[in-house]
Amino acid sequence: MPRMMLRKMKRGQSGVIAAVKVGGELGRRIRDMGLVPGTRITVQGRAPLYDPVALRVLDSTLTLRNNEADHIEVDVS
Amino acid sequence: MTAPITVALAGNPNAGKTTLFNALTGARQHVGNYPGVTVEKKEGFHVTPAGITINVVDLPGTYSLTAYSVEEVVARDYLVQERPRVVVNIVDASNLERNLYLTAQFLELGVPMVVALNMMDVAQDRGIAINAGRLAELLGVPVIPIVARSNKGTAELMAAVLALAEGTTAWNPLHLSYGEDLDSVLLAMEKEIAAGGFLTALYPPRWLAVKYLENDSEIRARGIGENPAVAAALAQKVQEVTDHLQKTMETYPEAIIADHRYGYIKSILRQEVVVRTYDADRLYTSDRIDRVVTNRFLGPIIMLAVLFGLYKFTFTYSELPVAWLDGFFGWLRELFGLLLPEGYFKSMLLAGVIDGVGGVLGFVPLIMFMFFGIAILEDSGYLARVAFMMDRIFRMFGLHGSSVMAYIVSGGIAGGCAVPGVMATRTLRSERERLATLLTVSFMNCGAKLPVLALLTGVFFASNQAQVMFLLTLLAWAVALLVAKLYRITILRGESTPFVMELPPYRLPTFRGLMIHTWERTWQYIKKAGTVILAISILLWAMMTFPGLPEREQERIDAQRQELLTGYPAEVVQEATEEGAEEEGLSPAAEELLAQLDGLDRLEAEKALEYSVAGRIGRTLERVSWLAGFDWRTNIALVGGFAAKEIVISTLGTAYSLGEVAPEENLSLAQTLAENPDWNPVMAFALIVFVMFYAPCFVTVVCIARESGSWKWGFFAMGFNTVFAFGLAVLVYQAGMALGLGG
Repeated sequence: MPRMMLRKMKRGQSGVIAAVKVGGELGRRIRDMGLVPGTRITVQGRAPLYDPVALRVLDSTLTLRNNEADHIEVDVS
Repeated sequence: MTAPITVALAGNPNAGKTTLFNALTGARQHVGNYPGVTVEKKEGFHVTPAGITINVVDLPGTYSLTAYSVEEVVARDYLVQERPRVVVNIVDASNLERNLYLTAQFLELGVPMVVALNMMDVAQDRGIAINAGRLAELLGVPVIPIVARSNKGTAELMAAVLALAEGTTAWNPLHLSYGEDLDSVLLAMEKEIAAGGFLTALYPPRWLAVKYLENDSEIRARGIGENPAVAAALAQKVQEVTDHLQKTMETYPEAIIADHRYGYIKSILRQEVVVRTYDADRLYTSDRIDRVVTNRFLGPIIMLAVLFGLYKFTFTYSELPVAWLDGFFGWLRELFGLLLPEGYFKSMLLAGVIDGVGGVLGFVPLIMFMFFGIAILEDSGYLARVAFMMDRIFRMFGLHGSSVMAYIVSGGIAGGCAVPGVMATRTLRSERERLATLLTVSFMNCGAKLPVLALLTGVFFASNQAQVMFLLTLLAWAVALLVAKLYRITILRGESTPFVMELPPYRLPTFRGLMIHTWERTWQYIKKAGTVILAISILLWAMMTFPGLPEREQERIDAQRQELLTGYPAEVVQEATEEGAEEEGLSPAAEELLAQLDGLDRLEAEKALEYSVAGRIGRTLERVSWLAGFDWRTNIALVGGFAAKEIVISTLGTAYSLGEVAPEENLSLAQTLAENPDWNPVMAFALIVFVMFYAPCFVTVVCIARESGSWKWGFFAMGFNTVFAFGLAVLVYQAGMALGLGG
């Protein structure tokens, strides 16, 4: 499974989170919402200006900005 | 009789907490604020079939119990300080794993808890079967499946709550394992905490230790206040293990803790708790809607249509009730006008009290309709999509995607109102973005500024009035966003709040939910803003009335009036001064007399205004205001405009001896301004700019103070906006005159 940054993923692409490399408030928020290593995600779409990105995670849809997605590495399937 | 037991409702946003709260308490609820913060605190009573009264507290929706947001701190402080008898944790069954993350934290805290497994119907539709009994067994707390929307299972839920309430009151914290590295340091920290009796009156020792590892700023600050030595020792241990983890695994303690919490949840769910019939990646109805609604091309168009619809809905449908209220207060004014003898009391009652109360209530239909519209957007889940689509643009100005609503309502489409606009910022969850928004929404061209702008553009830019008005709308947006940016890099500086946000599945709002939502917010406006607004209204009336004409002036005018009356034959005087004289066909002599008397009355009103406190302020300000080309008459009008922007027109009318001028029928004023040599297009444009951007009307100021939680921001908006607007006006005037555009 190739590993890539979440920002680079295309719509419809799925994968499993490999690492979340950020601490502090942002890191906490990301983890609180279920974005932890081992979680399966699918890129559901992007806002009209390509930012933020919408993800399908654990039966819910989350949004995050591209610069926030930069901290997340995904093993793409 | 014993005091009713208290039950706290807690859970993720969008898990159906409010729906359950409404279902349990019905109309018996009370909305307040948690001390010191703007987070709403909702309380209500639930009476069981057996007649037992239960006090239900709705805690703010949170995903976690960290100290990062006010909501989270409020929720956890409530739990540890108030110690509710039972916590009902509402969990979205269709999104179990993420929801249980908060549940795990409640278990770690050890609160007596019942899990309400909400939205079982949605889960079923999605092919998710949940074994509630098995889940209860594994979590060690009762789990009751419910459907809050249709009130299913709430009786069983309350029975479980009562059963738990009868048992022990002791808290029973769950100890999760966080892996070797953290477990050993946790053990050492726990010993330190227990030995020092460190904050243990409120928190379980292990929970405290975990919070220290999570770098919880609030707990740390508390710890330093409690016992600096123990706090330092704990911080030292945390630092050591943090450094170690960074070196060996490039990770943080808080990341490991989160991983293990999710691990705990996964291990539970795997034990035959959840059975899925469909593929997890299957598209739900909600996703299909999003395909269209957040589409690159269709999305923005639909959004514009929806926002425009909200705007139309708010301002069109509220027109009728607003007109009724206007009519009612007009009638009241007339009634008291006839009943009361002339004098200061009458004047105060009419201009201060009735106009003031009318002013407060006049906004009520607007606020109700706006909140109803927003409640639909919010409850259906569309608002989150708006934030999603607009975020990229608004982020450039240090704002949040959700800010767009407040701007539109305030007059982003010309003709809104900043009062509901300020209140619309409640949908923003992040503090700095919210403040920056609520301090700048008043720059928009609200409905009260429009008649002023229309009058001035009509007189001085008649040939291309429509273009100028459109330009002014764009100018308002530009100024609002740029000032917001200015705030965000100066007084409200700071990282933008993470956008990580849920797009909740689309849901049909319940009518009952919408009504409760709308009513409680409207009532809060009436209750909180009403009294202050009445007081300020009377104060403004006094400023424009006292101290009144000096005796000498009054005598002079009375003498003139007497002279006028004696100059005509007695029957003409009789004819002109009779009741209702104005309506009937009068003799030319009587008409002439009447016109002259009128002129004298208007002169008297002008002089009285000039001598009033407001007039003196206007005169004094002339020393500065000439820089922008404003004379004292304009200054008084602008002081009056603080009461409500459209008053600028009527006050200008009085100041120009035109008598009372209605904002819509301002022909005489327009003519006066057009012919007055002191007025020219440059000065008019400077005035337009000033009216657009100076201090918000005081109703808005009161709302800013209420919504921001501090009068500091109310005064700030008044001061900053006025100075800022004056700067712009001077710039326009001086540049325009220097370029010779003054004509």
